Amino acid sequence: MSRQLIKGNEAIVKAAVLAGCRGFYGYPITPASEITEAAAAYLPRVGGTFLQAESEVAAINMLYGAASAGVRVMTASSGPGISLMQEGISYMAGAELPCVVADITRAGPGLGNITSEQSDYHQVVKGGGHGNYRTLVLAPHSVQEMADLTALAFELADRYRNPVVLMTDGFIGQMMEPVEFPQAAVGPRLPKWAVAGTEETRGNLISSIYLNSDELEAHVRQLEAKYEIARQRETRAEELYMEDADVVLVGYGIVARILKAVAAEARAEGLRVGVLRPITLFPFPTLHFKKAAKRAKVFIVVEMSNGQLLEDVRLALNGARPVEFLSRVGGNVPSHEEVLAFVQAQARCCAESEQVAHV
Amino acid sequence: MSDEVEMQYELAQSRSKTFYANFDRKDELQHQTHYCPGCGHGIIHKMVARAIDELGIQNRTILISPVGCSVFAYYYFDVGNVQAAHGRAPAVGTAVKRSRPGSIVVSYQGDGDLSAIGSAEILHAANRGENISVIFVNNAIYSMTGGQVAPTTLLGQWSTTTPGGRKAENEGYPLHVSELLGALEAPVYIERAGLGDNKQIAQAYRAVRKALENQVRGLGFSLVEILSPCPTIWKMSAVDAQHWVRDVMEKTFPLGVIRDRTKEAQPRKMPEAAVSTSEIPQLLGIEHEGPAESHAAPFVRPKTTNLQVRVAGFGGQGVLLLGEVLAEAGLDAGLEVSWLPSYGPEMRSGTSNCHVRLSDEAIDSPLVVRPDVLVAMNEPSLHKFYESVRPGGWVLYNGDAMPEGCDRSDLQVLARPFMQIANQLGDRRAGNMVMLGALLECTGALSQETIDKALGRMVKNAKWLELDKRALAQGRELLRESLKEVCHEG
Amino acid sequence: MADTGKRDRGSLRIDTDECKGCGLCVEACPPKVIHLSDELNHYGYPTATYVGAGCTGCGICFLACPEPGAITVLRLAHAGSSAAKAEMSEGVGR
Ligand SMILES: Cc1ncc(C[n+]2csc(CCOP(=O)(O)OP(=O)(O)O)c2C)c(N)n1
Ligand code: SF4
Ligand code: SF4
Ligand code: SF4
Repeated sequence: MSRQLIKGNEAIVKAAVLAGCRGFYGYPITPASEITEAAAAYLPRVGGTFLQAESEVAAINMLYGAASAGVRVMTASSGPGISLMQEGISYMAGAELPCVVADITRAGPGLGNITSEQSDYHQVVKGGGHGNYRTLVLAPHSVQEMADLTALAFELADRYRNPVVLMTDGFIGQMMEPVEFPQAAVGPRLPKWAVAGTEETRGNLISSIYLNSDELEAHVRQLEAKYEIARQRETRAEELYMEDADVVLVGYGIVARILKAVAAEARAEGLRVGVLRPITLFPFPTLHFKKAAKRAKVFIVVEMSNGQLLEDVRLALNGARPVEFLSRVGGNVPSHEEVLAFVQAQARCCAESEQVAHV
Repeated sequence: MSDEVEMQYELAQSRSKTFYANFDRKDELQHQTHYCPGCGHGIIHKMVARAIDELGIQNRTILISPVGCSVFAYYYFDVGNVQAAHGRAPAVGTAVKRSRPGSIVVSYQGDGDLSAIGSAEILHAANRGENISVIFVNNAIYSMTGGQVAPTTLLGQWSTTTPGGRKAENEGYPLHVSELLGALEAPVYIERAGLGDNKQIAQAYRAVRKALENQVRGLGFSLVEILSPCPTIWKMSAVDAQHWVRDVMEKTFPLGVIRDRTKEAQPRKMPEAAVSTSEIPQLLGIEHEGPAESHAAPFVRPKTTNLQVRVAGFGGQGVLLLGEVLAEAGLDAGLEVSWLPSYGPEMRSGTSNCHVRLSDEAIDSPLVVRPDVLVAMNEPSLHKFYESVRPGGWVLYNGDAMPEGCDRSDLQVLARPFMQIANQLGDRRAGNMVMLGALLECTGALSQETIDKALGRMVKNAKWLELDKRALAQGRELLRESLKEVCHEG
Repeated sequence: MADTGKRDRGSLRIDTDECKGCGLCVEACPPKVIHLSDELNHYGYPTATYVGAGCTGCGICFLACPEPGAITVLRLAHAGSSAAKAEMSEGVGR
């Protein structure tokens, strides 16, 4: 079985176990529950720990404990649960503990509903907890990427000793596509800094406390330095039909899939449309946008939230090109037709302004 | 005292070796604690350290420091140290212990930390019977933040947020955490002790030691609540505060063993040895069977495939399964496939639908907006998606005839009572497979061998497999017949 | 202290630098052989002082004291007990 048909949510768990994850602590919530269920099935099988916690608050603090003990660990949730986890995520960033959090987003605010939205962007990408920290954020748009980026997330979490969030929407979590998993599994590791109940690790301390102002400032600067390195090394984006694109479609998750279909159709009509899909939402692929701005005339951000991704695109372009915006919320998905119509209108606009310039 | 005389004495009680010789993590005064004179925390620290010494577990011990005056417990204990968020130490300790079962985890917490903000975490750690030791320091107030009311504050007791004294009408009654936890099945040992006089202190030490020893023996959850003086916030001398514990606090919080199952409790099983990493792909069911891609070849691939299908109906009609068989078979045929279920409130209200795509190119969007085939298992589903079907596409409808209003001339239609037909074959639940048969026939998308193989993998029950195969064949037959009818009419 | 021939069963050492003068040891000591001196240590705390005789070696002052290293309690070893001496040189408490 080289490729297997599998749900996005389940693919995450298999990929996590392959990446050496041996702890999962979670709390059920639609549309992320299959992750917790798959973890309950697979982790004990490989000698790992699965525990359904009493709340997301407890779950993330269990991650704090397991990560302190040097175990690769993860959880999964959605909007309301991610809100509750922000405390622990801030502590983990402060204490420089690696972990992976999967956020399979749903619609808000409040209980909202359980269909797909992308409105966790701000709380996840900008950091919903207190203090000067960031989480690295990966945004899969296919089931294969659910697996690949989960593996990457564990790598990055260890490399930067920082929480990494895998953020996607309910569609990608719920759908099935073929996945090819790596055939070699990563074994457990014991980092030097961990507290493992052994003589060698006895002197270690996991804490986010820096009482002295100068020390805390130095600590925060050191965190920033890590994020800066991540900006230089870990930024990822996918470019499709970008060589000659006048109109650049920007989106992530399920939206990116729609954009790809729309771009293909627009191309068939002779419109020069490309897709620029951020894979890392933090660090944001600013350079990809700068490069694209050299040629493209207009950027269209399509998102299932109210202008959250839009802000980062505007920051990246810094006024170099106009940014148009199409948004659906509440669980509505931007339809193929409406995106195409929007693109056609923008392309016409571009063409007209070009004519004007030629006159 | 001459050396000679001194030599005749041996050390009876001295600084515990579990304490750092010098408190390097402190900014200043590195040979003293940061606690106020007469603070119970210092006394309790010494008990914990001494028990660790006596049990010989210094290397194995991991101390979880809380938030509260004892937030800096890690300054003092030369053990593995983890500092936790306010109230969360039992959750942190749970995972530390489960991750490192050989460690000895001590969750050290104040009464605000444990009984207020962390009430959920302690309750559930106790209820799970986590094999950890909790040292619960009850000084009946939030000390670190300057003396606000705690769940454990006595009735009438002054605090900065109960300036007229705690009143039951407003703040409720003092929370008896130990009794509350003592009502649970799982904990092996819960005792309330105090620091009110020598006798209490001696007993408190025995309780602390027992709580740790239980964990060393693997017995399970132990908690010692210790009534502890806070002279500073109580605004008393150290000695008066000590007496207040004995004379006042103890009346609300009686001392004694609340639960003790240490005699009956069985040591917990240590987790089994971890599996070797080479076994993992097989345990996950993802190992390659033989050479990669080996089975994609035998099946004839249609010249070009780009099939988009929408399946819709009520839950229980097998909507999702129909789509899944189609996608699995497509994968076997070496195609790119996607299967996207509707999920959400619809699932609860009983309707269900899925999007399936099969293509020989990478699939851009898994959303099927203009299906080539609509499989509608009931009338509402038909109405919902009828207009979206691509001109020239097919509608397979589970009904005697197309209802009124569904009269597009640019579609091909097969309306049959598929569920009834399946019922005649043996079980109406095979109706989805009759419809799948018709779908395969009208699209010519996949060979029968591919479908059989996928079905064989997904349907484990032999009786059902046989029925499903007959259902598929029947579906194909129905479609072929309907084409003949069209020819006749034409 | 002069060797009077009949030795106390216990003896006490107080590290005044670690003492915070709370008085809990004074309160705890059954034969009342600890008192608080008026002399302040260099942090400004009055400090506990052993009166020099009468300690029974019961150890309760040690447990009642909040500071890890302020009090050390000694107990009379059995004459000639080499084990006791060895323990002492290692600084292992019991
Ligand atoms: C989430 C959060 N809320 C509030 C605080 C502020 N805070 C620090 S200590 C404390 C009370 C601690 O009281 P207790 O557990 O009784 O310990 P004590 O200081 O009495 O030893 C509070 C409310 C915090 N650190 N974190
Ligand atoms: S305020 Fe109270 S609890 Fe805190 S250190 Fe001082 S005496 Fe101890
Ligand atoms: S109990 Fe300790 S700190 Fe308090 S006076 Fe006695 S020696 Fe000093
Ligand atoms: S050991 Fe006992 S008798 Fe000796 S000073 Fe301490 S409390 Fe008093």
